[in-house]
Amino acid sequence: MKKVIFWGTRGSLPTSLNAGNVREKIIAALSAANGKSFKTQAALNDFVATLPFATTGTFGGNSSCVEIVADAPEHFICDMGSGARPLGQAKIATYGVPHPQTYHIFISHLHWDHLMGFPFFAPMYIPGNRIVIHGCHARLEEAIRLQMRTPCFPVDYSQAGARIEFDLMTPDKTQYIAGLNVTPKLQLHAGDSYGFRFESLDRTVVYSTDSEHKQEESAEREAFVRFFAKADLVIFDAMYSLAEAASVKADWGHSSNVVGVELCQAAGAHRLALFHHEPVHDDHQLARLLGESRRLEQITRGDGPTLEVISAYDGLTVEL
Amino acid sequence: MRGIIANCYSNAQATMTLTTREQSGILIAAASGRIDHTSSEAFGKALEPLIKDCRPGNPALLLDFSGVDYISSAGLRVLMMASRQVKVQQGIFAIAALQPLVQEVFAISRFNLIIPCYISVEAAGKVLGK
Repeated sequence: MKKVIFWGTRGSLPTSLNAGNVREKIIAALSAANGKSFKTQAALNDFVATLPFATTGTFGGNSSCVEIVADAPEHFICDMGSGARPLGQAKIATYGVPHPQTYHIFISHLHWDHLMGFPFFAPMYIPGNRIVIHGCHARLEEAIRLQMRTPCFPVDYSQAGARIEFDLMTPDKTQYIAGLNVTPKLQLHAGDSYGFRFESLDRTVVYSTDSEHKQEESAEREAFVRFFAKADLVIFDAMYSLAEAASVKADWGHSSNVVGVELCQAAGAHRLALFHHEPVHDDHQLARLLGESRRLEQITRGDGPTLEVISAYDGLTVEL
Repeated sequence: MRGIIANCYSNAQATMTLTTREQSGILIAAASGRIDHTSSEAFGKALEPLIKDCRPGNPALLLDFSGVDYISSAGLRVLMMASRQVKVQQGIFAIAALQPLVQEVFAISRFNLIIPCYISVEAAGKVLGK
């Protein structure tokens, strides 16, 4: 595996910046400039590079969609949230229509925020493309078809030009798919969700979202430590604070940055990507969350290796 | 003030002592060491009888954390369950004297918003004591 590209990182519901948010960023940038003048574009670029991410960028608003770029020509995608729309456009821009592609899509669960991008995934309308939708839910195909029929959507599922296949996977059973070993794992979430561990000869990526960790039994914890073991990257549901996840939002099926750091440290993972961001959190709150997560990793590291903590944002590419 | 050893517990990987004393009408339970996934269950069991009695008519329960040098999410979960039970019983439950790093963990996890935290046992006593 070469890299991971995040196309959608927001939890539960696509969330856009509004005019007020953009205005705040402009004010913050101008305040930081404090009257400076820039004689060249390079000088301006250098200055912008010194500004915080919450000022110059945004974590973004598309719902879950992550691409794993492997060594094989086939494409690997986790979930079909609204991030699938820009992903599909990028694929069409790269490969065009006359070059059929194969897309392996892994669906964590059937909630709408993880499926809603499929009708907007342009490669599905292109004859010659092959799309294999992998997952562990018996009603996977039914759920995909359901959202593409009247009155929910103007284009019926039957209008798909690509050949669409469904692959019902078995939890804990490793399956060899186009050069990768893929192992699904059952996770605690309403209606069940599944994480996926992707392994190539020299790299491991774990996609684990919409997963609550109650930590009532040590066996549950140990199972996730094994699932994350030595991973180069763990993409982790860090939607709530630990206090929220254990109190008012208990049983809502999500986890926290604190549990993410702890599990990755115990597993000897190399990098943790905070993912499935809470829609009510703005860029400042998410940046603060990242800083706190890094601090937590630092003060709890002990003699263990450093765990790199990042916060996923729409458009982020992580080299493996 | 009188001091008694209420609970001692240990497991293969961690040892921790929870001692209690009454001061100014508050029941103070002092914990020490690491409260992580290997010791949180024992910590919960030691805390259980104190939480059970934390109700109107009995002294407020204050956990003295000055001897606790680490708490993980599993330990925080025990505190959450304790806090929830005390709320149902309409008792008073608080924590005092967190070491700086433990205080950071409370802030990062937002547990400082869930359970009243005091800078010292004395400071808690002024608020909770009789």
